[in-house]
Amino acid sequence: MLELYSVHKYFGGLHAVDGVSFRVAPGSIKALIGPNGAGKTTLFNLIAGVLPVSSGNITFKGRQIQGFKPHRIAALGMSRTFQNIKLCHGMTALENVMLGRHIRSSAGLLAAMLNLPRTWREERDIRHRAMELLELLGIAEFAEVEATSLAFGQQRAVEMARALATEPELLLLDEPASGLNIYETAEVARLITRIRDMGITVLLVEHDMSLVMDISDEIVVLSFGAKIAEDRPEAIQKNPEVIRTYLGETEEASA
Amino acid sequence: MGLRRRYLPLAGLLAAVIGVQLAASATNSTFYLTQLTMAAYYCLVIIGLCLLMGYAGQISLGHAGFFAIGGYLSAALTSHNFTAVSDTLLMRTLDRAGLLLHHQSLYGDSLLSLQPWLAFFIAIGVAVLIAFVLGIPVLKLKGHYLAMATLGFGIIIYRIVLAAEFFGEADGISEVPPFQLMPGLAVSGDFSARVQNYYIAWALLLFGLLLLLNLINSRMGRALRAIHGSEEAAEAIGINTARAKLYTFVISAAFAAVAGSLLTHFNGGIGPSEASVMKSVRYVAIVAVGGMANLWGAMAMGIILNFMSLRGMFGSYDDAVFGGVLLLIMLFAPQGILSLRLKNILWAKRPMTGK
Repeated sequence: MLELYSVHKYFGGLHAVDGVSFRVAPGSIKALIGPNGAGKTTLFNLIAGVLPVSSGNITFKGRQIQGFKPHRIAALGMSRTFQNIKLCHGMTALENVMLGRHIRSSAGLLAAMLNLPRTWREERDIRHRAMELLELLGIAEFAEVEATSLAFGQQRAVEMARALATEPELLLLDEPASGLNIYETAEVARLITRIRDMGITVLLVEHDMSLVMDISDEIVVLSFGAKIAEDRPEAIQKNPEVIRTYLGETEEASA
Repeated sequence: MGLRRRYLPLAGLLAAVIGVQLAASATNSTFYLTQLTMAAYYCLVIIGLCLLMGYAGQISLGHAGFFAIGGYLSAALTSHNFTAVSDTLLMRTLDRAGLLLHHQSLYGDSLLSLQPWLAFFIAIGVAVLIAFVLGIPVLKLKGHYLAMATLGFGIIIYRIVLAAEFFGEADGISEVPPFQLMPGLAVSGDFSARVQNYYIAWALLLFGLLLLLNLINSRMGRALRAIHGSEEAAEAIGINTARAKLYTFVISAAFAAVAGSLLTHFNGGIGPSEASVMKSVRYVAIVAVGGMANLWGAMAMGIILNFMSLRGMFGSYDDAVFGGVLLLIMLFAPQGILSLRLKNILWAKRPMTGK
């Protein structure tokens, strides 16, 4: 589904991403973990096209996508959420999700201005699909509430519904559990598994280890921009280098 | 959903428009209709700018420039004498197609100029083209930088019409002929055509408002509001933000140019003050007073303030008043003047939402 080959990113003299390669298999949940500043979000932004790669290849569904603008990548079937939720101010939860149908609908400016029958039929379908997604995420009761006035967990759900509305094949989730309590986190875990079961491949960045270990099929560990491990959750937990990165040097640990 | 809620206020406005005309005719005060006609044309610029500023979140301090392109080109092409070039292939072809107008000057010289319809389409076409070419680089800028770049464009247009002989320099262009829309219907400043022109202008404004109301409640309208909210999020869900901004800019420029062209035919002329930067500031101020992302607010304020200004209520302090209005709104009611009292009144009745 997604394949990174020797991806580098420099910010001036800072080597933020250092030759990272991995692949995400279709229908799997892959997690990207690492200490703060390891380059996880940068890598996410490279994949989504927000930042240009310095060198290396990123292929999505067998197609090279580095250099594509974010909206083109989104149109290819990759959708994302943001660590600091980005919902549109002044729009209801429903309208925010309807936004996600943008690339799955076609009415242009002229058709919209004239409000042709085709346009309002399409509009009705968009509304219908958006409502279904709100129901799926259990937030249908907030459909007509201004999205940015919702509780944090609900805002996350709206953002996820918006991402799903684009009918992605690959969903990038940037810290979906940050700021959530343990119950909400458990809810998110169930949701992500459900999304995978719908046939959508998931790549997530996450700090919450219990969530990552529970749901991931495979984990990539980054440290200082470089990949130090890639394996199944059980193996990652036993990997000495990962333990060293997270818990400090072995000398200190044994001392 | 909401179609009735969208169209009902329009029907209400139409009724008000008819009511005002009947009242003015009954009380023999149709002279008010002249200013209301002009205000309607200015309002067309304002609702177009409202789409760009309020919904797409992109400022333009150059909209008087687009208004002037529409007005000046219509004026020049329909009132200049092209007899000297009548032998060229282009002019002969146009003549054969019936797109030229043969008439006589006050002194009996024969004049040859373009049909207003042809001039109109050329004027709008040029405005759209310029908006397109200007918009591609300029809309990459944000905030203050975009404001400055569009301001620069406005100044260029102002200085061009002020300097070019073709555009009448400081005198502008006068004796612009009426614009015969169809037999029996002409945009002109004739006293006898006052009522007719009032309806032409308001029909156009209502139609423009209808188009924009449809637009903001559509897929593309949502996309524009998303761009306003977060360009990054809009891109991430597949919205081509650069293109959406550009098309909005072009539509909004076209609204200004149409208004410029028709108001020029109505007034029978145009002068450089229409292209001045203060006019652009005035349009921005009115959109701000109306509440930015509020087409109805912009419309209402556009009519009221332009009508007061055209009736001379602000005297020689006209521009100062609009500058002051902008200042006060930004300080005390950045959500627009309509938000002021409404907020206090509705505070207690607001439904409980969210948390």
